[in-house]
Amino acid sequence: MKFPPLLPILTLLALLGPVVAGLWGTVLPAFGHLPAAGLHGPSLDPFRAVFDWAGIGPAIQLSVTTGLFATLGSLIIVVLITAGWSGTRAFRLLEKLLSPLLSVPHAAAAFGFAFLIAPSGWIARLVSPTLTGWDRPVDWLIVQDPLGLTMTAGLIAKEVPFLLLITLAALSQVDATQRMRVAQSAGYQRITAWLKTVFPAIYHQIRLPVYVVLAYSMSVVDVAVILGPNTPPPLSVQIVKWMADPDLAFRLQAAAASLIQLGLVVGALILWRIGEILLGLAGRRWAYAGRRQMLDRPLRGIGFGLGAISAIVVFAGLAGLVIWSFAGFWAFPDALPQQLTLRSWIRHGPASLDTLATTAWIALVATGIGLALTLGCLQTEQRHNLTLTERGMWLLYLPLLIPQTAFLPGLQTLLINLGADMGIWPVIFTHLVFVLPYLRLSLQDPFKAWDNRNAIVAAALGSSPRRIFWHIRLPMMLAPILTAIAVGIAVSVGQYLATLLVGGGRVSTLTTEAVALASGGDRRAIGVYGLMQTAAALVPFALAIALPAIIYRNRKGLRNG
Amino acid sequence: MKHLAVLAALIAPLPALADIDPSDWDAVLTEARGQTVYWHAWGGSTTTNDFIAWAGARIAEDYGVTLEHVKLTSTADAVTRVLTEKEAGQHDDSAVDMIWINGANFAAMKEADLLFGPFAEQLPNWDVVDVDGKTVQTDFTVPVEGYEAPWAMAQVVFIHDTADLAEPLGSMDDILAWAQANPGRFTFPQPPDFLGTTFLKQALVDLLDDPSVLADPATDENYADVTAPLWDYLEQLTPVLWREGRAYPQSGQRQFQLISDDEVDLAASFSPGAASTAINNFELPDTVRTFVLDKGTIGNASFVAIPYNSGSKAGAMVLANFLMSPEAQARAQDPNVLGYGTVLDMDAITAEERAVFDALDLGIATLTPAELGQAQAEPHPSWMTRIAQDWQNRYGVAQ
Repeated sequence: MKFPPLLPILTLLALLGPVVAGLWGTVLPAFGHLPAAGLHGPSLDPFRAVFDWAGIGPAIQLSVTTGLFATLGSLIIVVLITAGWSGTRAFRLLEKLLSPLLSVPHAAAAFGFAFLIAPSGWIARLVSPTLTGWDRPVDWLIVQDPLGLTMTAGLIAKEVPFLLLITLAALSQVDATQRMRVAQSAGYQRITAWLKTVFPAIYHQIRLPVYVVLAYSMSVVDVAVILGPNTPPPLSVQIVKWMADPDLAFRLQAAAASLIQLGLVVGALILWRIGEILLGLAGRRWAYAGRRQMLDRPLRGIGFGLGAISAIVVFAGLAGLVIWSFAGFWAFPDALPQQLTLRSWIRHGPASLDTLATTAWIALVATGIGLALTLGCLQTEQRHNLTLTERGMWLLYLPLLIPQTAFLPGLQTLLINLGADMGIWPVIFTHLVFVLPYLRLSLQDPFKAWDNRNAIVAAALGSSPRRIFWHIRLPMMLAPILTAIAVGIAVSVGQYLATLLVGGGRVSTLTTEAVALASGGDRRAIGVYGLMQTAAALVPFALAIALPAIIYRNRKGLRNG
Repeated sequence: MKHLAVLAALIAPLPALADIDPSDWDAVLTEARGQTVYWHAWGGSTTTNDFIAWAGARIAEDYGVTLEHVKLTSTADAVTRVLTEKEAGQHDDSAVDMIWINGANFAAMKEADLLFGPFAEQLPNWDVVDVDGKTVQTDFTVPVEGYEAPWAMAQVVFIHDTADLAEPLGSMDDILAWAQANPGRFTFPQPPDFLGTTFLKQALVDLLDDPSVLADPATDENYADVTAPLWDYLEQLTPVLWREGRAYPQSGQRQFQLISDDEVDLAASFSPGAASTAINNFELPDTVRTFVLDKGTIGNASFVAIPYNSGSKAGAMVLANFLMSPEAQARAQDPNVLGYGTVLDMDAITAEERAVFDALDLGIATLTPAELGQAQAEPHPSWMTRIAQDWQNRYGVAQ
């Protein structure tokens, strides 16, 4: 099949068009240019207004600290787990525990976490009043704490699975096993050996995903709304609040704050890069010093413990959502509801099915378009012997590195100008921006790993390139393609801001509904929607695992791609 | 924005171009059939969402109008939406066909010519609305002039868990004294949340010897003096709030969860029937009751308004009219559904319609209309805007 070279161009457009347009739509009002409100720039008043806001200092500080600590925390946990346990049975267990968590939407995980650790939450209920003597919850500020520690912890629990899976994929590319064998035969303990010989190579591979985690954690909105402080909130939440103010002047303020947010993320990335360089220098000296061990045994335990805790926390949170969705009256300090009822499901079930249909439609169409573009690009690159350079990878990651609050508000204004704000398509194309990079990441390696001799044999037997693509390559790649589809769907299902702002409130998905319900605090309804949301992301993964096994039940070699 | 509301009171708005005549009701019904109405209303309350879904089913059945509920986290979202559309020249097919609105949002939209109307007083069911006994022709002192239709009456009540706080508290000073004796057991939603700002307003109205000054717009001259008692009060109350006032619930509904979790014992609400409704939904313990202050509490109406650029004005009017019908009003008053006060005049409806209202069991935690007493007037919106702004600067950002 001859793909026109048009496809890479289209992909780039789909990937960067909305981002560039949205940034433009942000820059104008940020410098005081909003003709509709009778304001003509350029002026710096919007920036002045932002810096006059009493909460700007703490809000900026929160963005930076929660982002940096969430990234650092999740990276350290992943490094400790991988260094201490890769190749062991315990590691495979952790991997199995953490993989499904990747697709649990952030909002659902955050709800569950909030109910778990609040002073009147599940953990407190399990041990009260027997152990604690509390017959009423203590007045401790845990959720919504001013330092954002709870929010950071929630983000870490959600980012560990992501970084771990990315690291796993990288392990195979740097022949970690060989490196470890050499180092360990020289007497190095496991973690020290891994840090000195494998980590530098691995980090080079996972650097961009780490940057994505940093940019995301610094500008996340839904998790911050559920777990973060409100006096003041992190900057990105304040931006969304200003965007929603009926007074147009706040639009300018929101745009200016968006650019500040963008600057913060860029600054944090530079800071991180400097940290990398310094750590690299220190690490080299440490490697040359030749010490064979460094607290290896306790570190192994700590790594495993932290990894297990982050998995257990998310699972327990989901279990909490399940019980709330069936709960009758359930007050502190009861560990379980007084009675179980189907009422919440009967009440919200039918309406949530409608929302599920919208959610599924958006996710499937965005993933379908993304898949066609991605496979087309990969095929084109292969035929023309192109490889994606480091710079190309940056382009691919760009939409994930630019804070959503920096370009989505501008995109909303722009879409309305085009009259394209009606219906579901703008939302689908905005989701596509976020789905595309993940599809590419999931498919790139399996596509390249496919043994080209199959194609040569088929060509020798007279197959056209098109036939080879459709009849040999794609069927053989069924498993990785299905996994990529599942990843794409999970990414789309989890989008909050992209749906809220671009859909103009007319498009509601399970995620926007769940976050709207969060403001009401009806945990039973949140339970129903949170579970629906999680199911929408998890079921495709289950299918991706099951389908190849069923379709290829008599083709053993094809089951795992 | 501060001055928008002031201006709204001073400038009589130019009527928007009425593209359909509300008084020709048959024509409205004909045009409405087949239309879809996107009603933007706060989506944080499941009982409200269920009621809106029911209203949608009913108008689909009777008038062939489809209702889509757009669940907002804040009403301002919808106002912003219409503003954005106007600035983009989107004048005929708004994403918003109807908004649940009142107070400052209404004042802002009316002042900016963003509303369709006048239409409300031409609706057939306006004849049974209690125009004399209920504040349905002014909204936070701003004249309504037919630009929004009333559908529910609200009044501030305080919900208390009798297991921890047995007796009603008669004044804001009593509430402060109790909070000081029981630190951490009371909070209010964080302004600019509607209910949070209402609590601040209620505090001011109760603290002032003569609250009539609040009926006129706030001025730079009198604002500081008039509001001084409120800031003194908050200076004492904030440190003894839940979490020492370092975190606040983000909505009124969220306070119910806090009472159930036994984190607080007292919460303000704007809906006299909400407590009974929440007990039925397992959201509050059945030991909860409500009270009003000795001097009475603030009351107001909830309205629906139609944006000037809605593409389904006829459908929206059919819905607004249905919401004022005895059938919808009686359902809204049922504590198993919403527990909202009715806007109707009981003497204007038929005997069998009245029988439906009389048969309602208002619920164990609901005060009778007599116990609720005479509602106090809403202050002019300009007070609210400034107080909310000031509160955020004083308490809404870490000190």
